Amino acid sequence: MNLLTGFTGLFSLGQAGFMAIGAYTVAILTIPAEAKASVYYVDGIAPFLANLQCPYWLALIIAGLFAAGVAALIGIPVLRLKSDYLAIATLGFSEIIRAVIAAPQLNKVTNGSYGLKSIPGFPNIFAAFGLCALCILLMVLLINSSYGRAFKALREDEVAAQAMGLNLFRYKELAFIISSFFTGVGGGLLAIFMRSIESKTFSINLTYDILLIVVLGGIGSVTGSVIGSFLVTAGREWLRFFDNPLYIAGIQIPLFRSGFRMVIFSILLMAVVLFYRRGVMGSNEFSWDGLFRLIKGIPKKLKKKNKAQKGENA
Amino acid sequence: MSATAKTSANVLHMQDVTMQFGGVVAVNGLTLDVNEGEIVALIGPNGAGKTTAFNCMTGIYEPTFGQVDFMGETILSNTPKGKMQKMYLGEVKPRPLSIVRNTPDVITKKGIARTFQNIRLFGQLTVFDNVLIAKHMRAKQNVFSATLRLNRKEEARMREETSALLNEQNLLHLKDEIASSLPYGLQRRLEIARALATEPKFLLLDEPAAGMNPQETQELTDFIKQIRDSYHLTVLMIEHHMDLVMQISDRIYVLDFGKLIAQGTPDEIQNNERVIEAYLGVSDDAED
Repeated sequence: MNLLTGFTGLFSLGQAGFMAIGAYTVAILTIPAEAKASVYYVDGIAPFLANLQCPYWLALIIAGLFAAGVAALIGIPVLRLKSDYLAIATLGFSEIIRAVIAAPQLNKVTNGSYGLKSIPGFPNIFAAFGLCALCILLMVLLINSSYGRAFKALREDEVAAQAMGLNLFRYKELAFIISSFFTGVGGGLLAIFMRSIESKTFSINLTYDILLIVVLGGIGSVTGSVIGSFLVTAGREWLRFFDNPLYIAGIQIPLFRSGFRMVIFSILLMAVVLFYRRGVMGSNEFSWDGLFRLIKGIPKKLKKKNKAQKGENA
Repeated sequence: MSATAKTSANVLHMQDVTMQFGGVVAVNGLTLDVNEGEIVALIGPNGAGKTTAFNCMTGIYEPTFGQVDFMGETILSNTPKGKMQKMYLGEVKPRPLSIVRNTPDVITKKGIARTFQNIRLFGQLTVFDNVLIAKHMRAKQNVFSATLRLNRKEEARMREETSALLNEQNLLHLKDEIASSLPYGLQRRLEIARALATEPKFLLLDEPAAGMNPQETQELTDFIKQIRDSYHLTVLMIEHHMDLVMQISDRIYVLDFGKLIAQGTPDEIQNNERVIEAYLGVSDDAED
């Protein structure tokens, strides 16, 4: 998503759809053959899927490729649109994908609206982190390659990029496909992590969540996205205490009740957008050097403040 | 297919090119030739259709009617069809032409590079990256080899060529600056450098001296001549600074309201009554 929005300047709201494709592909491919009968208890399973089972890493790659393939097809008409129109069109496609997955006609493949369960989880937590890290590494390598530069050029100025010999449609399609590949893999990881999925997970809310993470972390920054995703997920949990009734001196503060944390969360988000307009990281990348400088800079700033205060006093 | 038999010295040949937007004919039956090694200027009052003519050569617009040949090969050719047949207002009677379409990137690959009237650099990227992007299209690589860093040699070659080019243009010391933070004159310079990085045979400059003072204009004049010689280029430019145009051009074409009103050497143009009229308006006093 960040590749698409941040680096190519294409605004797509269809990522939930590609995640759904990835998640379902992984689920169907990894549910153990003996467990399948109990998962597909309603309509039974299509015969060609019944004995299909492969290791999760292979399933993830297939999931990514499948999502990328669908993206390639969708991209042909959709990428001719610009900005807001592109966002709406991709949003539509993502909902179509979700609806198709939930359709009763596909019960034998996707188990329709019943969802899929008994997906084997990760053997250990390091595998999950390792795969995420691998995806991020590939992303960073791509962005810093010649192709990453081409994508950035496209974002900066389409006409000039064309004059530099970049085929507009080809590069947009490429970015769309690659981004969908990683989204598909991401969806697959989610499926393995959650161990059970249903089509409702992949509604528009998921897209908004991703968008939130990207914007919060800083559009055009990979490390920003990583930080953003931690912040968003952790923020939701940390703020949970707002949901519990709070008594101060025996009086219940009326605002503190279930759901209130989302209000606080929204306010914090607005604050971030207002004060860090370009996200926490902007388009900068995180580096240990930068962190070091920042920490080193804090005492200096404090000193300056002190001096300023002293100056005022004097 | 008349134009394909031109001599090899012909770089660009436009035949009856007409560009119509709705009911407005921006370029009207323009026929124009540029020969190898020449510096040709395209001048005319504001709104005469000069930039539109450029866009017709580079494939940004598809001409309504007419044909554009580059190095003897037809790169763009069109004839009005469908609704356009009734709407067509161009002066030259349309005749059936085979339809040839090329997107701007293909035309750039064939060797036409251009700069833009309102500078179009990749503003948020560094000077170095701006030029490096132009090298991308001629590199032998694909997205997998680039991501997995299997193209190290290509990448190194691209970087080396970029450094060399920036060095020649005296921009190397600025290579890590963000393009949009450069002063205006240098941005123009960088845009030309970026165009040169696409390894063109034919360079289109759209108002390269816009916003420059006389001294900078003089430097630019020398600069254009110098790059023409060192890169074996043919140059076609749009320009309003008459000093520059008269000094540098081998030939001049004058457009007014989309139509060619004069062509010739700088001397001929300076004394052409129609040109004076177009620039100063028809007036009894204008010819003293």
